[in-house]
Amino acid sequence: MIRHLLGIEYLTKDEILNHIENSKTFVEVSEREIKKVPALRGKTIINLFLEPSTRTRASFEIAGKRLSADTINISGNESSMVKGESLLDMAHTLQAMGPDVIVMRHKESGAPNLLSRYIKGCSIVNAGDGMHEHPTQALLDCLSLSQYFGKQGRSIEGLNIAIVGDIRHSRVARSNIWAHCKIGNQVNLIGPRTLLPPEINRVPELNEKVKIFDSLEQGIKGVDVVMVLRMQLERMNEHFVPSLEEYCNEYGINEKLLKRLAPESVVLHPGPINRGVELSTEVADGVRSLVKNQVTNGVAVRMAVLFSLCSGNKSEVSQ
Amino acid sequence: MKVIKNGEVIDPASAIEGAFDLLIDKDRIVGIEKRGAFDSTGNIEEIIDASGNWIIPGLIDLHVHLREPGYEWKETIQSGSEAAVLGGFTSLCCMPNTKPTNDCAEVTKFILSKGKEAELARIFPIGSVTINLEGKTMSPLSELRKAGCVAFSDDGEPVYNSGMMRRALEWASMLDATICCHEEDKHLSCGGSMNESHLSSKLGLKGWPAVAEEVMIARDIELARVTNARVHFCHVTTARGAELLRRAKNDGIKVSGEVTPHHLVMTEEAVADYDTNAKMSPPLRSQEDCDKLLEAVIDGTIDAVASDHAPHELDSKAVEFGRASFGILGLQTSLPIMLEFVRSKKISLRRAIEVLSSSAAKLLKLDVGTLKKGALADIVVLDPNKKWNFERSNNHSLSQNSPFLGKTMQGACQVVLVGGRVVVMDGMLSDRKVNR
Repeated sequence: MIRHLLGIEYLTKDEILNHIENSKTFVEVSEREIKKVPALRGKTIINLFLEPSTRTRASFEIAGKRLSADTINISGNESSMVKGESLLDMAHTLQAMGPDVIVMRHKESGAPNLLSRYIKGCSIVNAGDGMHEHPTQALLDCLSLSQYFGKQGRSIEGLNIAIVGDIRHSRVARSNIWAHCKIGNQVNLIGPRTLLPPEINRVPELNEKVKIFDSLEQGIKGVDVVMVLRMQLERMNEHFVPSLEEYCNEYGINEKLLKRLAPESVVLHPGPINRGVELSTEVADGVRSLVKNQVTNGVAVRMAVLFSLCSGNKSEVSQ
Repeated sequence: MKVIKNGEVIDPASAIEGAFDLLIDKDRIVGIEKRGAFDSTGNIEEIIDASGNWIIPGLIDLHVHLREPGYEWKETIQSGSEAAVLGGFTSLCCMPNTKPTNDCAEVTKFILSKGKEAELARIFPIGSVTINLEGKTMSPLSELRKAGCVAFSDDGEPVYNSGMMRRALEWASMLDATICCHEEDKHLSCGGSMNESHLSSKLGLKGWPAVAEEVMIARDIELARVTNARVHFCHVTTARGAELLRRAKNDGIKVSGEVTPHHLVMTEEAVADYDTNAKMSPPLRSQEDCDKLLEAVIDGTIDAVASDHAPHELDSKAVEFGRASFGILGLQTSLPIMLEFVRSKKISLRRAIEVLSSSAAKLLKLDVGTLKKGALADIVVLDPNKKWNFERSNNHSLSQNSPFLGKTMQGACQVVLVGGRVVVMDGMLSDRKVNR
């Protein structure tokens, strides 16, 4: 049976935790001198990136190659999308070449869902769709937290998470909200009212684990993790914030703010960072930042996901 | 002459209800009398036996998109008329967002001639308020009225400039015409593709909030007050909008409103997994909105049910949700949907038929929508119990964008007459040039 990874919303708590555990195996592969295992030899993975990307794209490509799969990359502006080809036509064309996995990033929410409805015989992995979900990002964020807090003898369960910034437009935020709520963690959403998703705390499945704060100071009280989101500069023109300075003054994460947190608490950022806007350089590069771990873990998580989808039910890796 | 006998008549306009037979001569109803009254009348060429069926006036759809001229792959006046009569609609008011826009007499006359050519439903064109729906220059409203437009609308677009709207209302009122308003403040709807709510937040879709519709309804109520002109609100979708309309009517302002059948039975939940057959503008909203809108239909706040029949080809719907076209079909499913409310006792049969027929006629002063003696013989013989599946094979639209395709409907039009001519017999288009 073909499985997809379309979003964290569709996973159970156990599936999330299993993905994290399985990823740890692949962290080890990436530390070897010969960073290769034959697990997906003969499998074809198409990375269809219809939106700009550095980390995610490179990460998926490296993940596929370290598993010995045949990976090819197609980016939007070099494809016949430029000639007006529809997404479904493109997908059908690719499907006809028999890929095992299509990894897609797309600017429209629900694009991977559309693909999974029309394309048969191929697993679809969502590498970010519009404002909807970025499941592998949430998984690598969780892995990073699991490793870090694991060293202190703490589990990822029972953490207090704060997410700060333009949550309204963020797929990273949504995937992480789902992940932590399913795991059972408390999630504080911090940002100006204009940048919060309407009625987000009324989503029935979120179990009232979500609290809204428009004050940064209030929102970070007692949290273990501050997840900082990129302030998208385009938002200026749409009246969501009066100016970047205003945003930075109210919600910027800097050294002074970090002092208010417990010394063991950490900062995450999915990248790319607008240095000096949502996150100061000192914090981004400092000891409390897990940014580099996130990137490294991205490869391991994506290896685990690809392996899991391609090996189907036979693998010991539960989906 | 023809006789329709043995049926149960429901004619809200004349308040005639019960076991009545109809006598038709050429294009008019020349008699409506107690059952059996015409049994010995001479010169009868055709007797239509309506046993077990209801006899209702041919329905009027105040708001359809026939796509011709310019978008004939989605629908033509021919195919739209076929779908219409099969659905019981003998009169259609078609919106001007064609290509070219219906903003001049030539296009109006083209539409009228295509309607005549189809020889099915009556076509009543609605002319645009502004040239090319751009909101910058007023259309030649007098010319359009004289050419045959029954009302004006920029549907699909709001008339955003309040000054323009005021002047257009003043002109329209001189011409004894209504302006039908698509209410949407685009700075508030922001390109949203579904209702703004926890659901749009969950799905990561831009929301089209209720307030974007309500601020414009409020504005146009005030403009109607000041100009004393007639303002009709197209596709009202919010409880608050219905409430604003109610208060305005209580204040004696000449406003009216319509709701689509799908906004009475579907909520934003239908978007679910990005189903583009749940994408329309204004969008589907909450259950509370559905409930309040139905109340408004029952208490007369909302005058008519109009389908906003919006055919779109598959290629424009089988795409990413944010990029999909807005709208769904409606002509063949409006009546069964309203009959379902009657069956579940939420609305009276008379009111259900009224909002599909005489209300619309009254609003736009059309000389149709009743079965009284002397009226045009636009008549539907309806089997209220007959169940049928709405499928590609019996969908006469050129498009397939309906969430009701594949569903079972109850209530089928068995015989339909337009101007005394039988256009539907035994639930199928009678022998004439059809599209398939």
